[in-house]
Amino acid sequence: MTTLTTTKTPVRGRPARPKRRISGLHAYTLALIAWLILPIAIMILFGFNDTRSKQNFEWQGFTLKWYAHLFDKGDLTTAVINSLTIALLSTLITTILGTFAGLALGRYRFRGKGSTNLVLFMAISCPEIVMGASLLSMFVTFNLPRGYLTILVAHVMFSIAFVAVTVRARVVGLDPAVEEAAQDLGAGPWTRFRLVTLPMIMPGVVAGALLAFVLSIDDFIITNFTSGSTITFPLWIYGSTRTGTPPQVNVMGTLIFAVGIVIAVVSARRNMRAPR
Amino acid sequence: MARGRGRLAPYLMILPSGLWMAVFFLIPMVLMVSLSLQTGNLIEGFRQTFHWQNYTDGLNTYGDKFVRSLWYGLLATVACIALAYPAAYWIAFRGGRHKSTYLFLLLLPYFVSFILRTVSWKLVLTDNGPILGPLRGSGILPKDFHILDTSVAVVSGLAYNFLPFMVLPIYVALERIDHRVVEAAYDLYASRLQAFTRVILPLSLPGVFAGVIMTFVPVSSDYVNAEVLGGPQNTMIGNVIQTEYFNNSAYPMASALSFSLMAILLVGIFAYARTLGTQDVLEAAGR
Repeated sequence: MTTLTTTKTPVRGRPARPKRRISGLHAYTLALIAWLILPIAIMILFGFNDTRSKQNFEWQGFTLKWYAHLFDKGDLTTAVINSLTIALLSTLITTILGTFAGLALGRYRFRGKGSTNLVLFMAISCPEIVMGASLLSMFVTFNLPRGYLTILVAHVMFSIAFVAVTVRARVVGLDPAVEEAAQDLGAGPWTRFRLVTLPMIMPGVVAGALLAFVLSIDDFIITNFTSGSTITFPLWIYGSTRTGTPPQVNVMGTLIFAVGIVIAVVSARRNMRAPR
Repeated sequence: MARGRGRLAPYLMILPSGLWMAVFFLIPMVLMVSLSLQTGNLIEGFRQTFHWQNYTDGLNTYGDKFVRSLWYGLLATVACIALAYPAAYWIAFRGGRHKSTYLFLLLLPYFVSFILRTVSWKLVLTDNGPILGPLRGSGILPKDFHILDTSVAVVSGLAYNFLPFMVLPIYVALERIDHRVVEAAYDLYASRLQAFTRVILPLSLPGVFAGVIMTFVPVSSDYVNAEVLGGPQNTMIGNVIQTEYFNNSAYPMASALSFSLMAILLVGIFAYARTLGTQDVLEAAGR
């Protein structure tokens, strides 16, 4: 562990400016990042592969045709649209429900708060396959048909806890005096919530909403148990692994990746500018 | 805060989420337990017979799959700690102005769907794929080098997929450490190793603990990596549950297996929390 740092002097106060020479740990961190990015780079690269076989793992030259023929596979397009609309609807519902839950948990003391926290903890730490299996058990027991709606319901279920916890963390750090001041100035509960509370917890709400969106659009296991014959993007990819994943999947993945990064960078910039 | 008339406010605020979680999380869980004790089949229907044998049969038949899942989970979690800690340490203490950039880069895989990540990782490990193909062709690796469909492939896929879950909590814990505490250790003539083992490491353990909870549970219950990377020899308990549900429609057995899996993981976590002496599991995971 003595090779952890290159500096001769011990760490004092804030760490010194980054050194010109790259330390062992710095190189290690970069290598780890490279390892994490390698499969993604390959995914992007093979979206440009002029493959002629069903299997897309041998480089056969550069082409843009998969971008031009992105929507050729109709069921893949439907799957992506399903994923996007489910993610949007689920994010909307989850953010509203989870924000109120987070507010209640962060601000008030009430009977049943302990058990509410326990349920949230259980929902966060429960294995996905168990959640999916238990939902399937319910649908089987009551003979409910599975499809778009059951996927949506499941996605809201497993995201609520994450939004509530994120918002709660934000609420706990707030000064209740600000809201009391608003009340003293004659603001009713709704006005107070709209003009004072909501703007203050907004960063938590936005973070929670982004999390809910990502959780939903990425989910495979629970969706697999609740989908019936409805197909989402992850389910479509999973189904294609046996026969060979077409390059259109790489292209879709690349586009979603790019949009995701743009949104993340833009929201990070805005957060940095916004006063804390 | 409207203290007087706001008595009902928290209940009204928690009610919608509470109902949702009750109907779609708690009740299904109870129904799953009930289903796990039933007998019957898809055509004739299932009847409640308190058939506890579903559990003993399940554990007897698939005991090896349980053991393998926990073993792979353990290996992948340990690999995640070993891989994540040094990087989290470097970013927290040496990252300087670029801390958030490095973290962002470590989180990049999360902008690609979990399934697609696994499929791409399979591409990396494919014998004639873009990475191993040239390495084998040029003689750097032996011609018969093979990794896909082995346990190494599954564990590496699991570690790859869940690494960021380990990096983040460890980073947060390290980042929180007051630098004056580390400084004090040096003032008291601690060597760099001592400052690390006696000050920094203990203070970062809650982060490691949170990371273990966030990785071990999803890793041990995962079946996608085993399915895509492991071939038929490396099936985990998740694969069995999925097959029992979808291919065999053996709902009672599948339910019994899922419930057993959850029970084993929960017991494991609480035992782990006790031995580590972490006072409050809730708090550690809630961070």
